[in-house]
Formats: sequence, C-alpha cells, structure tokens
Amino acid sequence: MEYITAFIVGGLICVVGQILLDTTSLTPAHIIVTFLMIGVVLGALGLYEPIAEFAEAGATIPIPGFGYSLSKGAIEGAKSKGVIGAFEGGLESTAGATAAAVLFGYVISVVSYPKSKS
Amino acid sequence: MDNLTNKEYQEYVKKKVPKPDYLKNAIRAFFVGGTICLIGQIIRNSLFRFGFDEKAVATGTAIIMVFLGSLLTGLGIYDKIGKFGGAGATIPITGFANSIVASAMEYKREGYIFGVAARMFTIAGPVLVYGIGSSIVVGILYLIFTAGR
Repeated sequence: MEYITAFIVGGLICVVGQILLDTTSLTPAHIIVTFLMIGVVLGALGLYEPIAEFAEAGATIPIPGFGYSLSKGAIEGAKSKGVIGAFEGGLESTAGATAAAVLFGYVISVVSYPKSKS
Repeated sequence: MDNLTNKEYQEYVKKKVPKPDYLKNAIRAFFVGGTICLIGQIIRNSLFRFGFDEKAVATGTAIIMVFLGSLLTGLGIYDKIGKFGGAGATIPITGFANSIVASAMEYKREGYIFGVAARMFTIAGPVLVYGIGSSIVVGILYLIFTAGR
C-alpha cells in the first residue's frame, strides 16, 4: 500500500515542478531551491508532517522533504537546547544526506568523465 | 524582416520557439518521479526490516538515494533519465546528487580545488545556503512564538 501512495504523491510533486518548468522561465535550479523553501515553510507550519506520514518516501525523497527535515530538526533542536539547538538542529537532521552528497559527489566526479553529447 | 522593432522581433521569436507538450511532459515527470520515490520506499522498508529505528531509516534512505543518484550520473545514465523525465528526475534527492556530479565532472580540467570541489556546489550551494539559513530562522521563530508559554 505504501508503495502506491509513495509513487502517486512523489509523482504529483514532480508534476507540479514540471508544470512550473514548462510554463514559467524558471530554471531547474530555481525550481529546486523554491521547492526546498516550500518544504521548509510547510514543515515549520506543521503541514508537511501529515503528507510525510501518509506518503512516506513519496514525500521525503522529493526535495521539499529535505526542507521539511531541515525545519523539523531546527524546531526539535530549539525545543531541547534553545537558541544553540536552533542553529544545530537543521544540519543535524540532514547531516547524513549532506555528508553523503559531499563524499559520493566528490569521489564519483573524480573517477568519471562526462559522456560525449550524442 | 529587416525593419522589425525589438518588440516585434521578440514576438516573432516567441512564435517560432516550439511550445512544450505540457501533458506529455507532465505524464513523464509523474512516472519518473513516482518511480524514484517508489525505489526510495523499497529501500526504506528494507532498512526497517533490518531493525533500524525511524530516524536511522530516514537518514539511511537519503544516503543510499544520494549514492544512487551520484553513481548513475557518473555512468551517464541519469542524464538520459533526466532528458526523459524532466522535473521527475530533478526534484527527487537523486536530482540533487545529479546536480553535484554533473557540474563537478564538467569542470574537472580546472583542477581538483577550483574545478571539482568548487563546482560541486553550483546548485547544491544555493540549496544548502537557503535550506540551512532558513532552518535556523525557523528554529528561532519557534523559540519566539513559544517563549510566552
């Protein structure tokens, strides 16, 4: 069951991005940052949590899920450690993905070459 | 053709630029994005079966997806997925990994510092700046709004 909801919700989030891409002059980079910020704001307002509970990976794998994780972590940090926690929390909850992106991104960039455009 | 004003020329160009096939693009984005999330869900459920708790599963899933996105980009496969799926390949976290490897690879000839390491963050940099920056603001706003309680 969760496979179906993950597929549909994840797919729909991407459709919204595709429509923005086709109908506006926004570049993919703009869309990524915009969607991230939407995730941060929805997460802060507690509106992303129910989507994440319903769709699981369908909500956490798209980039708004990264924003949600950031703001959720910051709020949890603020709750337990105050101002210091507000600074630490966002990075803490996304540390794994960020560190993985740095390591794998670097290593794979070093060992591979762009394929010639055909 | 010779005495078009700038505005007329803009309109002429606009007419000539092919209109994207909205429906086809949306359907492709849906299937590619949905499939990537489905793979994420499979990884998530498998990690739960290994006995990890909720937090570890969320982090582990993200790490594996980032790895897959980077690897497929290095192999030149993610490019093809992106060409077909558009935003369906850009918006999942694998697209974030793709943006890192794609630009880092491209600028390797500029060296390992200013080429690879710096160019990794052409798109990932803004994501981290806006994401981390705004998360701190969210945390502080939370403290302000709950201070009286």
